[in-house]
Amino acid sequence: MKSQEKLVEGVLLLLALSAIASLALITIFIFLEGFPLILHTGLQKFILSSHWAPTRGHFGILAMIISSILVTLGAMVLGVPFGLACAIILAEFSPPRLTRILKPTLELLAGIPSVVYGFLGVIWLVPLIRTYLGGPGLSLLTGAIILGIMVLPTVISISIDALTAVPDMYRQGSIALGATHWQTVQRVVLPAARSGIITAIILGMGRAIGETMAVIMVAGNALQIPRSLLDPVRTLTSNIALELGYAAGRHREALFATGIVLFVMIMILNLTATFLARRR
Amino acid sequence: MRLDPKIAQVLVKALLWFLTGLTLVILFCIIINVSVEGLPQVNLTFLSQEPQDMGRAGGIFSTIVATLYITLVAIVLATPFGVGAAIYLTEYTREGWVTQVIRFGAECLAGVPSIILGLFGFVLFVMKLKLGWSVLSGGLTLAIMVLPIIIRTSEEAIKAVPPVYRTVCYSLGLSKWQGITRVVLPSALPGITTGIMLSVGRSLGETAVLLFTAGAALRTPTSLFDSGRTMAVHFYILAREGLSMPNAYGTAAILMISILALNIAAYSLMQRFLRRYS
Repeated sequence: MKSQEKLVEGVLLLLALSAIASLALITIFIFLEGFPLILHTGLQKFILSSHWAPTRGHFGILAMIISSILVTLGAMVLGVPFGLACAIILAEFSPPRLTRILKPTLELLAGIPSVVYGFLGVIWLVPLIRTYLGGPGLSLLTGAIILGIMVLPTVISISIDALTAVPDMYRQGSIALGATHWQTVQRVVLPAARSGIITAIILGMGRAIGETMAVIMVAGNALQIPRSLLDPVRTLTSNIALELGYAAGRHREALFATGIVLFVMIMILNLTATFLARRR
Repeated sequence: MRLDPKIAQVLVKALLWFLTGLTLVILFCIIINVSVEGLPQVNLTFLSQEPQDMGRAGGIFSTIVATLYITLVAIVLATPFGVGAAIYLTEYTREGWVTQVIRFGAECLAGVPSIILGLFGFVLFVMKLKLGWSVLSGGLTLAIMVLPIIIRTSEEAIKAVPPVYRTVCYSLGLSKWQGITRVVLPSALPGITTGIMLSVGRSLGETAVLLFTAGAALRTPTSLFDSGRTMAVHFYILAREGLSMPNAYGTAAILMISILALNIAAYSLMQRFLRRYS
């Protein structure tokens, strides 16, 4: 009986380690495949050159790094105000009855597959942008708008958690001092929930920078450092997805090396978020 | 001139409600557009006929089979690990560095983007283990993708079962494991099911992972080692190469509506479950 309990505990521990083990395996394999190329090309040349001609031995991903960062920042500029507005409404202003319907409804945004976002981006946004703003339509701006919508569920749900975690005493104290409800939110609740909201934004960034399918469909995939919002761009993720199908040898290694850069960026974002959440 | 705080509040509230409303409008536009354009395409022939001419004509039968097959493999593989991990975290340890490492791993894994998972599945399962582009490679990679979802929801579900249940088990002379399998897990089952439903939803909509692990063969997969094109991948290829808009919309409608239905069902199941024990 006793030994059986011990056995069960051991097996469960092994199962519990599966997530961290998978994470380790992913890290190991991506690095094993991609690192030789970084050594071969030199890290500096790999991330600081924007000359990407894999069949002729040029592996520079600077243009894609910049594009990824710009698309992500654009997505945050557009997505964060909307996400925060929804979170503040749901956590502070909306009557509880309405919140019970609105919150799960907004969460449905997370259920829509990224290919559908990309598809609708092509059908609706691309022609609009081409007609009214010029350029090819497939652009940095289009990518940023679509990603801005796609990060909403992440930003909203984590911000709501942060806002509702602020003790009611704070609100009551502020109201008792004669502040309006909005003054209370602005000067007491939001500052108190600040680190949680920053976590939400950082995780949203992680989501945006890692998104692939929607960006491939709407961002145009041109290999260049964008000069305007209307230029087509190729992100790190799209580069991998577009070329992995036919790449071989050094070229394939270069795609895994692109993966390493992406992976490191996302891990830094995630670790920052975890660190912030822990400190709270 | 300073704005009167009461007026400022009215203005700000109006702005916030406007932004929230706009977000809802975007959501409804997406759902309504895909349904209105897509649902008229969906009929029995569309569901039961093989795609013809690269998907330009015919239905989507083989992609439905591939989707269900790959999802099934992923869920069957991930559930024991996820639920086992949740049991360990809630019943067998106190909070300490071990649980922190496990939780940290699950959190980070949840943040790994699907393209990285796709690269990983491609090099490990497709190349190194020589499973090729197959249902099995796809299922294995998706299993890793949904593992954090199952761990998190199962943990929440098991935690919601009142501690009294366990005390009663001990007082009746059951061992810890007996108590877990006969009382705790059955009580937590609705919550655990929620996690599985969410994972199915996530798997149905996944594209980047499967493009590089399951491939895009249009034949109906009959074994674990066959390549299979899921509905999401099929939709992507149809839309990207402009093969057939009606068929693309039809596929998207079925996909989106099943995922949304799963998410709504999972949400209400979890709410009902949590209410029962609170």
